[in-house]
Amino acid sequence: MPTQTIRNLFAPGIALTLFLTAGILQAAPKPPQTPSTDDCLACHSDKTLTTKRGNRTVSLFVDGKKFSSSVHGSLACVSCHADLEGKDLPHSTPVARVECGTCHGDEQKQHSHSLHGKAIARGDALAPHCVDCHGNHDIVPVRDPRSAVAPLKVPFVCGRCHQEGTPVQTSRQIDQHNILENYSESIHGEALLKKGLVVAANCVSCHTPHNILPHTDPNSSINRRNIAATCTKCHAEIEEVHRKTIRGELWEKEAHVLPACVDCHQPHKVRNVYYAQGMADADCMRCHANERLKAADGRSMFVSAAEIAASRHAHPRTQAVPVSCSQCHSEVNVSRVRPCETITHPVDCSKCHEDQGQQYQRSKHGQLLAAKDPNAPSCRDCHGTHRILDKRDPESRTFSTRVPDLCGSCHREGQKAAVRYVGTQHQIISNYNESIHGKGLLKSGLTVTATCTNCHTAHMVLPKSDPQSTVNPKNVPATCGACHHGIEEQFEQSVHSRLVTKTDKGLPVCNDCHSAHTIRRTDETGFMLDIMEKCGKCHEEIAKTYFDTYHGKVSRLGYTKTAKCYDCHGAHDILRVADPRSHLSRANVVATCQKCHSTATRRFAGYLTHATHHDPKKYPFVFWTFWGMTTLLLSTFVIGGMHTLLWLPRALQMRRELKAEEAKEEAELAREEAARSNGAGEEGKSAGEENHHAH
Amino acid sequence: MPTDLDLRTVEPRSPGQPDRRKPERGRPEREFVRFTRMQRTLHACMIVSFLSLATTGLTLKFSYTRWASMVSRFLGGFQVAGFIHRSAAILMFGVFIAHLYNLVQLKKREYKTWRGLILGPDTMLPTSQDLHQFIATMKWFIGMGPRPQYGRWTYWEKFDYFAVFWGIAVIGSTGLCLWFPILFTRFLPGSFINVATVIHSDEALLATGFIFTVHFFNTHLRPEKFPMDTTIFTGHMPLAELKRDKPLEYEALMASGQMEQHLEEPQPEIVVRTIRIFAWIALSIGFSIVVWIIYAMLFAYR
Repeated sequence: MPTQTIRNLFAPGIALTLFLTAGILQAAPKPPQTPSTDDCLACHSDKTLTTKRGNRTVSLFVDGKKFSSSVHGSLACVSCHADLEGKDLPHSTPVARVECGTCHGDEQKQHSHSLHGKAIARGDALAPHCVDCHGNHDIVPVRDPRSAVAPLKVPFVCGRCHQEGTPVQTSRQIDQHNILENYSESIHGEALLKKGLVVAANCVSCHTPHNILPHTDPNSSINRRNIAATCTKCHAEIEEVHRKTIRGELWEKEAHVLPACVDCHQPHKVRNVYYAQGMADADCMRCHANERLKAADGRSMFVSAAEIAASRHAHPRTQAVPVSCSQCHSEVNVSRVRPCETITHPVDCSKCHEDQGQQYQRSKHGQLLAAKDPNAPSCRDCHGTHRILDKRDPESRTFSTRVPDLCGSCHREGQKAAVRYVGTQHQIISNYNESIHGKGLLKSGLTVTATCTNCHTAHMVLPKSDPQSTVNPKNVPATCGACHHGIEEQFEQSVHSRLVTKTDKGLPVCNDCHSAHTIRRTDETGFMLDIMEKCGKCHEEIAKTYFDTYHGKVSRLGYTKTAKCYDCHGAHDILRVADPRSHLSRANVVATCQKCHSTATRRFAGYLTHATHHDPKKYPFVFWTFWGMTTLLLSTFVIGGMHTLLWLPRALQMRRELKAEEAKEEAELAREEAARSNGAGEEGKSAGEENHHAH
Repeated sequence: MPTDLDLRTVEPRSPGQPDRRKPERGRPEREFVRFTRMQRTLHACMIVSFLSLATTGLTLKFSYTRWASMVSRFLGGFQVAGFIHRSAAILMFGVFIAHLYNLVQLKKREYKTWRGLILGPDTMLPTSQDLHQFIATMKWFIGMGPRPQYGRWTYWEKFDYFAVFWGIAVIGSTGLCLWFPILFTRFLPGSFINVATVIHSDEALLATGFIFTVHFFNTHLRPEKFPMDTTIFTGHMPLAELKRDKPLEYEALMASGQMEQHLEEPQPEIVVRTIRIFAWIALSIGFSIVVWIIYAMLFAYR
């Protein structure tokens, strides 16, 4: 194409040049009203000749040699600088802009209707004129490698304005980015720039040289309707390799319903990696539709077309153009009877899913795979193979409610990931299932509830110790804050935040109080009682003193009605007591007490909630009262105890004497009785026995 | 010694041996009346109140023991325990006021003047005689003399009596502070509530500890009275026991010839049995509390 266009472009020009030259030669004898090229060069061959335009100093030097060897070399200066015709020298400045259209009428017309021409008409200072691309006095034929618009140079000519950072790219509405970079890495750019294949498409091949129109313009070469025609200028019979998608002629006939080339092969980014061999799925299914197809090692090689059709990669709801077999199973070679026999690598999802691929490689899973660990999970272990579904599809293995089971297949107790794990978390899956998140997700079916991947990420799973891990203590607030944003905001203001307190000691983050996998509702008794132990992990002394007061004692008994740490100090918005914003500052403390003690007064708030009798400096009254009472107690018990102990032997002695006396009396009585009964005969012997004691 | 008392019927009874004596010709032998009905009722109320206060209060004091949370749960939670504690406190105040009223009645009935009541021979106030008896008792303990001749109120009984006065004043006043902290902090500093807590709790520990050990020994565990002296419940005491235990009072009554007025027929069997059951329950609770206190103080103290 370019050759032809250039011929079209220059043929009239050359003819005109010849004609004009002839005219000038004829007019030579006439008085020298019109300055000749030599006249002009008399001044303009001076390299130091400059003028001021605005603030700029512009060189007015014209290289006579270059000019004479240019396509316009045989023309007089005034042929183009027509306003100087008949003027005396030296002429006045400035000189009018050269009208190339006088000779190059078609090009000029196209240019005027193009984006660039319209921008000029608007007075856009950034809009390119002919000279901006073609140069001025040194224009050579486009086939000449020295030409400014030679195929190899076109990308850079256009790129002068259309690359990142230029005023055009930053201040004008252009929805493509990194155009030059992307192009130079594309299959076209690579062919042209790296391999020097000058027929490879460059900017003007698709955009045309002069008739550059926005893709929304129906006449544009890159409009949806025209794009197929534009591409097939080079890629003739491309339908053959797209027969499944395009069904041949439909492509051009119904361009408005069918995907356009650029839908798959994005403009400027066209790659060759996965479109290498134009394989159609039908070719694959010729063999793989057979349910009995087996690999050498006995694996079934059957591929269910229905599964693929329902998958994320083919379903019309999620995928405008189905992904073909060979896009994933690359390295096929259509020239073989079995095109797949050239495949040497497993499917690499990261060809399309580049970000996920990079994250995975960084992750623990990816590191294990790189280390050739047999337990390392790859994409397919979580996502499956042909039946990959959108994660929003309830049937999908990665649908939120199914994620715990999916991760659990390795991380459940006894499974392969759990047995090699050496950290502190155990029963991860069963604990999660009983946690508030697990219940929300699995019992209430609340699919936005946090599941494994919300905290650990799906692809960049890293151990807690890794500073980049989402569960690294440094990152935990942000991780939880992804859902609990309000809490994160409060927390990051609090004394526990790393942003507020700079310390070497470990500051707590969400999971230190709420745990990781056993997160409970905060209004559960168990949580409310546990939290005091959690605070006590770091605030050991002060937590002990809390348990010396009424609040703490009742809590210790297992009731949650009395004030616990967070009732006074706040939960996430804990601040130093000295901070005026603190719940316990002088301004706020009465209101804090009033949360429970509705009639609390300032003096009531003077109650020492952490008073302990162990600290004579801080709580002298309590300390001395305690020791006073203890002294009283001990002395009373010592005196009372001594009295009792001394008494005991005497009391025992008394008891013995009493018994002896009693026995003596009994014996006397028995004697009396016997004497009496002897006198009264034998009657009532047993009655006598009974009456024995009554006497 | 008057003969009409028929002292032959009043036989010494071996301790721990059930009373198998039968009334002769339907006339039961009479017993000495040591406590009035009012005094016995007040003592019973005091037992109920004191045990309730001690049990519920100690759950808080020893909240760090598993026992405490079990008892607290058994009672229906700390709020129910608190309600019981306050109700029992009201009962205790009631007992205290009733006793003071009783004193006024006693003065009107028997003494005419306060002076008579306070400085009479049966006074509860410590006297020089008590000091002599205390010294004599110490001598007896170490085997340097005979058992002293005690009167109606021994010095340790007087000590117990005033210990209750002291306890009610100290525990009661601090208890009211804790009950109505907002009212009391109108004129006291907030930290006084902390001080009141320490006083209330430690004084209560003193009271429970003393009652359930020393007081129990004096009245129940003394070998010559083992296992139980029911005098405070029945109000009656065998005359022989009075003669042995309180010889001064016995002799004074005999000398003045007023003994007859102080004798009454024994309580019916059913009353005595009910009293014994009640007393045993109270005694067991008291001992359990002592065990709990010792366990909490020695083995679980934090």
